[in-house]
Amino acid sequence: MQIIANPGIKKTMKIAPDKSFKIAIASGKGGTGKTLVATNLFYVLKKNIDNVALVDCDAEAPNVMGFYNNYKFNSDYDITLKAPVIMKEKCNFCGKCKEYCSFNAIFLIHETIQVVYDLCHGCGACFFACKYGAIKEKHLKLGKVSHYSNGKESSIIESRLKIGVLSSVPVIKASINESDKNQICILDSPPGTSCPFIQTIEKADYVVLVAEPTPFGLSDLKQSVETLKTMNKKYGVIINREGIGNFDIYDYLKFENINILMQIPFSKKIASCYSKGDILVDFMPELQNDFLSMFNTIIN
Amino acid sequence: MEIAVISGKGGTGKSCISAAFATLSEKIVLADCDVDAANLHIMFNPEKEEEQIYIAGQEAIVDYSLCDNCKKCIDYCRFDAISYLNDKIVISPVLCEGCELCMRVCPTRAIDMKQNDKSRMHSGKFRNGIMVYGRLAPGEENSGKLVNMVREKAKLLSKSHNLKTIIIDGPPGIGCPVISTITGVDKVVIVTEPSISGINDLKRTIELTLKFNPKIYVIINKSNLNNDISNHIEAYCKDIKVEVIEKLPFCSSIVEAMTNCKSIMEWEPKSKIANKINMAFKKITNN
Repeated sequence: MQIIANPGIKKTMKIAPDKSFKIAIASGKGGTGKTLVATNLFYVLKKNIDNVALVDCDAEAPNVMGFYNNYKFNSDYDITLKAPVIMKEKCNFCGKCKEYCSFNAIFLIHETIQVVYDLCHGCGACFFACKYGAIKEKHLKLGKVSHYSNGKESSIIESRLKIGVLSSVPVIKASINESDKNQICILDSPPGTSCPFIQTIEKADYVVLVAEPTPFGLSDLKQSVETLKTMNKKYGVIINREGIGNFDIYDYLKFENINILMQIPFSKKIASCYSKGDILVDFMPELQNDFLSMFNTIIN
Repeated sequence: MEIAVISGKGGTGKSCISAAFATLSEKIVLADCDVDAANLHIMFNPEKEEEQIYIAGQEAIVDYSLCDNCKKCIDYCRFDAISYLNDKIVISPVLCEGCELCMRVCPTRAIDMKQNDKSRMHSGKFRNGIMVYGRLAPGEENSGKLVNMVREKAKLLSKSHNLKTIIIDGPPGIGCPVISTITGVDKVVIVTEPSISGINDLKRTIELTLKFNPKIYVIINKSNLNNDISNHIEAYCKDIKVEVIEKLPFCSSIVEAMTNCKSIMEWEPKSKIANKINMAFKKITNN
């Protein structure tokens, strides 16, 4: 397929037209500019491609919609977990469900049996274990996936964890699955390198790591790179707030032979623009070409 | 007394503020509970006196000499972690949650569990007390349990060394490691910044924190980046009766200090911002 971008940029995408190509925007450290990059990349791409989706996978702190309040709400649905309900009249307190539960979510002393729902992963092992038909399952609400659009095909899919729920993984998974019909998907990833991050990256064809050139930023970048290596993912780095901190990150990237996709300078103008929920490329149109050429590097 | 410093949104300045709190005059125990992006040990370079292995769950592995491809495991797995690829059963270590159900349903006993044992917890002296920090190995899970382990260790050390205050640097978000960080602590300091994202995340963080009944204090960091939103946050907090104890202006010396592995209290102890952080900490500890 061809994308006709701004004058002077015309590239052929080397990706299968029937498959969704997913780019995750991630970082180990929080607040390095993931959402800034994701919202702007989406903005630039949707001017050039019809079928692009932005998926807010940071279910614990979903912020993408703060930048796109002109998008209209379409639909949403609840994400649930199938958790056990023990019917005491059928239970003979044999303890087999407790034995089968790997998450210590079933509590049993004498003839008192209880499910600790916060610990339940909904794996169904207890249901399988019970030989007396004493376990039925109910749906526990974990969060929501919502769809927004601006009338055209471009859409935003948001995952949102219910407050007080421990794991965002099922909500994130569902939101990414929803985006499969879009040709290009941008996944705004949660921070860190544990389960929520892994679930987002697992589905990505390419990972953009956003890092800041400070000692903390570098330490977290290293941790992310190590994780991506174990997962055999393709990745590159955006240096955000270029100009603060020191130059150690450049030595590291050179040593590891990691591609610098783009650099965004440190400026109060950018910070203030972001704080208001504005799209940066509207105020700094020169960045538009940087985003497009980064995209071309990624897909080729 | 345990004081946890958290923020829904990442990068608001949690760690820099925790570091500042940790280097005021009194000696303390510092617990870095941001276990998948632990950073304070870079600034404080603590002695590595003790190292403990943390078992971060387990994952299923297939013994192909026993597997007869009946695919029963695929039917039972609720995490879509098992697939049939190139004529064999493949279990994704990333998607596997370690529930053991596949192992239990396998008629040929071809599945076994392997423990994830690469994560570590370290503790040792640093220049203003004792530090405990967890490091989750890349891609490993159950960060909430590692947070609990770090907090338990910090409590033990605070007793044995007679250090009254434990400062906990928490992770971002509102999920399992955050819940583990604030469960049962005495005081929670929420660091926010004046942006649309900052205020949205602050609201969700406060709603979560209220479920645990600690005393809550809000610090608006980089407050002058957007004075309107900063005022809006203050008004919101006043409305729901949560105290905003300090507004800290954006200050490049905080980054300079970090780049030199110093907290702002060590780097520019006489600065206006250092003074404000000092006052904030006094308010937190005194009521």
